[in-house]
Amino acid sequence: MTLEKAIEALRRELGPQNVITAPEELICYSYDATADLPEGRPDVVVTPENTEQVVKVVKIARQFRLPIYPRGAGTNLSGGTVPLKGGIVLATVKMNRILEIDPTNLTATVQPGVIIQELNNAVAPYGLIYPPDPGTVATATMGGSVAECSGGLRGLKYGVTRNYVMGLEVVLANGEVLRCGGKTVKNVTGYDLVRLFTGSEGTLGIITEIIVRLIPAPPARETMLAGFSRLADAGNAVTQIIEHKVIPATLEIMDRVTVEVVESYARIGLPTDVAALLLIEVDGLPEVVKAEANTVKRIVAQNNGWIKTAEDEIQRENLLTARRAALPALARVKPTTILEDATVPRSKVTDMLLALEEIAKKYNLLIGTFGHAGDGNLHPTILADARDEEEMKRVRAAVEEIFRVAISLGGTLTGEHGIGVAKKRFLPWEMGETGVWVLKQIKKALDPDNLLNPGKIVDLAQEERS
Amino acid sequence: MNPLNGLGAVEEEIIRCMKCGNCQAVCPIYQELKLESSVARGKIRLAEALFKGEILATPALSERFDLCLTCLACESICPSGVKVSDIILATRRELARRKGLPWIKRALFSTLQHPRILRRGAKIAARLQDLVFRRLDSDKMQPRFPLGLERRRIFPALAPQSLLEQVEEKYSVPKPLARVALFAGCLTNYVFPGVGLATLYLLRQHRVEVVVPRSQHCCGSPLIYGGAADVVKEMARSHVALFSGFKVDAILTLCGTCGEAFHHFYPRLLQDAPGYGEKAEELAQKTMDIARFLYQLPLDRNLLKPLELTATYHQPCHLGRGLGVVQEPIELIKSVPGVRYVPLQNPARCCGNAGSFSLTHYPLSYSILTHKLKDIAATGAEVVLTGCPACRMQLLDGLSQERMPQKVWHTVELLARACGFSK
Ligand SMILES: Cc1cc2nc3c(=O)[nH]c(=O)nc-3n(C[C@H](O)[C@H](O)[C@H](O)COP(=O)(O)OP(=O)(O)OC[C@H]3O[C@@H](n4cnc5c(N)ncnc54)[C@H](O)[C@@H]3O)c2cc1C
Ligand code: SF4
Ligand code: SF4
Repeated sequence: MTLEKAIEALRRELGPQNVITAPEELICYSYDATADLPEGRPDVVVTPENTEQVVKVVKIARQFRLPIYPRGAGTNLSGGTVPLKGGIVLATVKMNRILEIDPTNLTATVQPGVIIQELNNAVAPYGLIYPPDPGTVATATMGGSVAECSGGLRGLKYGVTRNYVMGLEVVLANGEVLRCGGKTVKNVTGYDLVRLFTGSEGTLGIITEIIVRLIPAPPARETMLAGFSRLADAGNAVTQIIEHKVIPATLEIMDRVTVEVVESYARIGLPTDVAALLLIEVDGLPEVVKAEANTVKRIVAQNNGWIKTAEDEIQRENLLTARRAALPALARVKPTTILEDATVPRSKVTDMLLALEEIAKKYNLLIGTFGHAGDGNLHPTILADARDEEEMKRVRAAVEEIFRVAISLGGTLTGEHGIGVAKKRFLPWEMGETGVWVLKQIKKALDPDNLLNPGKIVDLAQEERS
Repeated sequence: MNPLNGLGAVEEEIIRCMKCGNCQAVCPIYQELKLESSVARGKIRLAEALFKGEILATPALSERFDLCLTCLACESICPSGVKVSDIILATRRELARRKGLPWIKRALFSTLQHPRILRRGAKIAARLQDLVFRRLDSDKMQPRFPLGLERRRIFPALAPQSLLEQVEEKYSVPKPLARVALFAGCLTNYVFPGVGLATLYLLRQHRVEVVVPRSQHCCGSPLIYGGAADVVKEMARSHVALFSGFKVDAILTLCGTCGEAFHHFYPRLLQDAPGYGEKAEELAQKTMDIARFLYQLPLDRNLLKPLELTATYHQPCHLGRGLGVVQEPIELIKSVPGVRYVPLQNPARCCGNAGSFSLTHYPLSYSILTHKLKDIAATGAEVVLTGCPACRMQLLDGLSQERMPQKVWHTVELLARACGFSK
């Protein structure tokens, strides 16, 4: 059997300790964090320890025509790691070393299995930070977050993962090792391959080394919580804060449903008669922070809101608790939690929030919305029960409508969670046939045999058959 | 919902896992093995697979479910509030029901289940232990032969006389502030009777009347966690009957795991047992860890004499996350004059003992312990305080093997010393 031969070859090249075939293990690599998706069982899971071993896996996969699914921590929300067609799951858990911290060039070089938080812990003594902070900083890998181009709470001011990736080592589908980018701030040699692979969701190559940019930790910050009794007031405050040239590090919103659920779960004394809460944090030099915080307070007052400022670290933690509790609180209401991330231009946040309220009513669903209001990236969270087929039908219809509205407002299907399998069929809505055609050409050029994460982002399967 | 009734009872919990993977950040087993099957998310998927018949009850599956410390770390971080340990226990029980338990666990559990055999066995073992163990110290031993145990492992010696053999059944005080019944627990009774003596001393100093019921026995936790919950019902029933017979304000436990048996498991085990359900519930409400009791009493600071030492505190999983006793021990420690309290970086991380886990998976248990030892070393503490005799055994083993000088005491031993107790 070819599969057995392939497994034998993998064992020989990687050592038996890096080749997993027990059914009790394989079942645990059939899912990721995405709700309401079919699973797929891999034939084998490998845990290479270095780039050479990754190259060997790719060569064996080519020889036996087995697909490869790169996997970090498996926390993505678009089905990116699900082994749809069997084959090899390549888990990067054992490539988890920080290779270098370079405080002079403000860079760090890491292997893909390093956890984002571990990198931050390691650079903290140098007074540096790595800003991209998805809700999963404590679990997600650098490789997964680069492949997904993750965002996070600080996206508005500090940007997302792609703004920090400077160089990559990638094992290509033909088994060659590509190095692109480097430690220089400026680099226009050839096409921007670093950006191409960032956000490529494991479909173009396997990332084996990453050089990232670090920045000095901001010396001061001020954290505030503001409440509004009208949604439109909250939306206007968001737009005006930025119009007044204040770019907060964090500018997060929670809608009425979320606030009510959070309060009934965490009992932290949130007023439940608000239509929306904003969590705002400004950071930077102390004088600047002070001036910016004053501007924020003035604008909140002008928009009929109230505002509380954290006087010390404990109070700051309390304010942050409200936002951190959003997902946990919502997730407890019903067994199935569908977390979307439709994103609109900042000026349309209010429209999007109102549309979400409408959609919830129309489909008779419970939707709590929170998210990164400052960058237009909202997380409408639909609460349902996967066992209730009728309800799930309404959920799927609502999700489609959310995408439709986001795109009609000039937004995008996904701000940070990626396309994967979950949003593949909506791609033409945003990119048009031409856009999808370009994606396919890139995929075919780099992975003509469709070995790398097949069935994600674009489908080459039909064409292959014809 | 009673997890001890098997998988069907935890179906709702299984569905609530949203596969977010947050549990990876805290699971000590996952951090060693980096296998998805070792983290709560993977185990929940496996439980579901067994429940739905996608997978057979193989020994390999049992092994995956043995790889859990029931340390509750995943539960405390889980956004969906999934009761992971309920799922683990239900699956272990289901697997034991379909496959039976390995002989070593059967033997251990059957001893624990029969108080008389346990008492006699411990007595004989205390006399004979020097034949199979080499004494390194008056109270530390190492196996002479493999015995199915790791030879490098260092065990505390069984006490020549158990706690229950050393103490009276009742200690009256004039005008008592409170009346309590003391539950000793196996390890305190047979290995660390000094903790029990220190407790009695402290309670009497604080004018608390104590009864120490003679016929108490093992709380049954090892069986509950080992998948043999059915036989624990009998043990639960006898404890409920015994302790409900005393007119006391509280039942005190000296170990978080024993406390959890009384507090969380007896009511669930006996909810349908006629005549026992309510009593078990009442008993559960009255059960209290010694640290919480002393803190609430409150501890009389006038009784405390200065002790010049640096101490740190390791939080036992079942005491902290299980019973919510987190701040009380620390406040008690800090109230002793002269004691410099230096917190661990990560006081709530599991030490890796997890009862029979450390017997069946010693090397893994030891690597988990290594993180704790590093944390302890960095504090510069001379004494590690904790509230669980199993953690204490684990810490003693590691500290001795690594030739670290720290002593390990139960929190009450520190307090008793400060009140003038000398053993
Ligand atoms: C509760 C929760 C909150 C979240 N919050 C956020 C948030 O705030 N912002 C945000 O952006 N995301 C968020 N996410 C999504 C997710 O955490 C991120 O996408 C994360 O960066 C994925 O990292 P991972 O290691 O889990 O990657 P995985 O899920 O393992 O993989 C993600 C993708 O990358 C590919 N991949 C992995 N490693 C490699 C590699 N070495 N080379 C090539 N391809 C690779 C995989 O094939 C897959 O397509 C959240 C998810 C959850 C469950
Ligand atoms: S943290 Fe909870 S919900 Fe998330 S994967 Fe683990 S058990 Fe499931
Ligand atoms: S209880 Fe502890 S060991 Fe078991 S899965 Fe949860 S975190 Fe891991």
